[in-house]
Amino acid sequence: MKYIDEFRDGDVALGLAEAIRREARADRRYHFMEFCGGHTHAISRYGVSDLLPDNVRMIHGPGCPVCVLPIGRVDQAIRLALEQGVTLCTYGDCLRVPASGGLSLLKAKARGGDIRMVYSSADAVTLAQKNPDKQVVFFAIGFETTTPPTAVAIKQAAALGLKNFSVLCCHVLTPSAISSILESPEVRQWGTVPLDGFIGPAHVSTIIGSRPYEFFAEEYRKPVVIAGFEPLDVMQAIRMLIRQVNEGRAEVENEFSRAVDRNGNLKAQQLVGEVFEMRKQFEWRGLNVLPYSALRIRRQFAEFDAEKRFPLGYQSVPDHKACECGAILRGVKRPQDCKIFGTVCTPENPVGSCMVSSEGACAAHYTYGRYKDVA
Amino acid sequence: MTETRKNYTRPLDIKHGQVDMAHGAGGRAMAQLIEELFAKHLGNEYLAQGDDGALLPAPGEGRLVMATDSHVVSPLFFPGGDIGCLSVHGTINDVAVMGAKPLYLSAGFILEEGFKLADLARIVQSMAAAAKEAGVPVVTGDTKVVERGKGDGVFITTTGVGVVASGDELSGRAAQPGDVILVSGTLGDHGMAIMAERESLGFESPIVSDTAALHGLIAAMRASGAEIHVLRDPTRGGLATTLNEIAQQSGVGMMLQEKALPVKPAVSAACEFLGLDPLYVANEGKLVAICAARDADTLLSAMRAHPQGAAAAIIGSVQADPHHFVQMTTGFGGKRIVDWLSGEQLPRIC
Repeated sequence: MKYIDEFRDGDVALGLAEAIRREARADRRYHFMEFCGGHTHAISRYGVSDLLPDNVRMIHGPGCPVCVLPIGRVDQAIRLALEQGVTLCTYGDCLRVPASGGLSLLKAKARGGDIRMVYSSADAVTLAQKNPDKQVVFFAIGFETTTPPTAVAIKQAAALGLKNFSVLCCHVLTPSAISSILESPEVRQWGTVPLDGFIGPAHVSTIIGSRPYEFFAEEYRKPVVIAGFEPLDVMQAIRMLIRQVNEGRAEVENEFSRAVDRNGNLKAQQLVGEVFEMRKQFEWRGLNVLPYSALRIRRQFAEFDAEKRFPLGYQSVPDHKACECGAILRGVKRPQDCKIFGTVCTPENPVGSCMVSSEGACAAHYTYGRYKDVA
Repeated sequence: MTETRKNYTRPLDIKHGQVDMAHGAGGRAMAQLIEELFAKHLGNEYLAQGDDGALLPAPGEGRLVMATDSHVVSPLFFPGGDIGCLSVHGTINDVAVMGAKPLYLSAGFILEEGFKLADLARIVQSMAAAAKEAGVPVVTGDTKVVERGKGDGVFITTTGVGVVASGDELSGRAAQPGDVILVSGTLGDHGMAIMAERESLGFESPIVSDTAALHGLIAAMRASGAEIHVLRDPTRGGLATTLNEIAQQSGVGMMLQEKALPVKPAVSAACEFLGLDPLYVANEGKLVAICAARDADTLLSAMRAHPQGAAAAIIGSVQADPHHFVQMTTGFGGKRIVDWLSGEQLPRIC
């Protein structure tokens, strides 16, 4: 496939692996966090870690939209479907996220909830148009990549004058999650999570640009290399991070220059600013309540805000006691460190959210890499 | 049906008519539907007996193989086929990969009230053509009608019976470490054809389902003399799921080579676009074969000499592994597990 295979070329990978081995100093270790689930998935699926020397270790970050969704938010969506009788639309990955009472959206669907998987927010608007007698709610999740399409859907619904469409907005912000990791005691005080740099988001950065990461590079002295989601992108980014560390630099570099520039997509940013505003605080799974870390719908579009249209109190729900998703999302533990990984918690019966989406660290390790645990 | 009764009724309005509850009630309307639609197209000496069951000659020797498959595919018509021919091919293949020669089929229809008779006729004609081409007649059947909203047009269940000579039976339990794994052609064509149709993805080169009966190809493979241990058709869940089933049944592991997997560029592109993996996408006219290593080249040549195996390839080997992992050397040079399909990748694919 043109423009794809070039970024998955095994021979180029071998060359890059050799370069990484040459440039990584034997007398030290390198710990890099790939923020995005997309990178986690690429690393596991293509076996990137097999090509890295032993002293270069990748730590999985929290950038998996489904993984950071707290139970309380999924509960709200389930209540909308089961108690309010709405048609609830969401992206496929959301359906299997475990919620309270042993439920998930998929199980709520089997109990009679009208829950639909959609490929885009536009499908939800179309559904509302076609079913004027049904309340249609779009359960909107994700980082900056999925936010502009939700903004478009709301503006479209407004233009069409739809009275039966609303959005349960759970959009979150990447820089807040990075701050939370860097401010965590494990990184700042105790040093239990050694962190030498970040592979910066690919798709998120096409929207927000590379500028927001400059603060992290300067303030926390951590190099950031923005990289595409193809395996060669990841390898090249690792090489660039090693160089920065070796040279004592902490800068924002852009490996994904074919899609990302410093300012990002200004039109999308403007659209998001028009429809959404900052929430004072928002609960994340694994990272707790973070200030100014998520978006809500502006008053001007309040009639499309499901939280305003329906009686939906937010109730925070703690994770399953044995579940280590929180520690895994902060890079403190690895999936195989969790007692219930692969035994009680599997992709078929996920206990924690990291086992749900293919971008989750646990699902990626279970699906692609667990042979290493028994070797 | 007697001439007297025939004169009672007006002929079915195939062009504009719809299925109604009476067509499943067991009375005259049902008799007419059977006669003017099912029997007309599928007709053969056994179906013509008109009894509650078909009276068939018992095979002289060997053992019987029986397989059944229900079809709920949506949409009913897709590039390369429809639910009719799919229901014939799917069951013939299930019988054939057991090593048997498929002999007879039964067909059960669950029709939804309001379903267009024109569409039903198109489906039955397609079934008839597929059965005729395969040389496997539909010898008995059943029709039920459910109220509007309780079905989705038509569901078809087919059952196939075949015969296999003693000693020629195949099973998923017979893969051995050292064996070689082959596939008969490109992966994921059927699933992506359905998906592209369902999502109205207008690709420049349309993806066509591979639905086909494979007993001809299998006969050619067995005639080559190669020592075949396992045959299986990788339908729902794709090649990955089928190989995991075999690994589990045989108590072995497998190692695949990603670079060797045949995938059409259009399928590969569509999968990329939708975030799917061709290893998990359904096939309806492909088989996976596991054979003794020394016979791999013989078998590959035999497969490639048959039109249905022109794109056949050796894709990996069986290895001893107490964990029964199916693994793959990626095109990138790393290694990974090729796991069971988790959850549901594409619903209602066959």
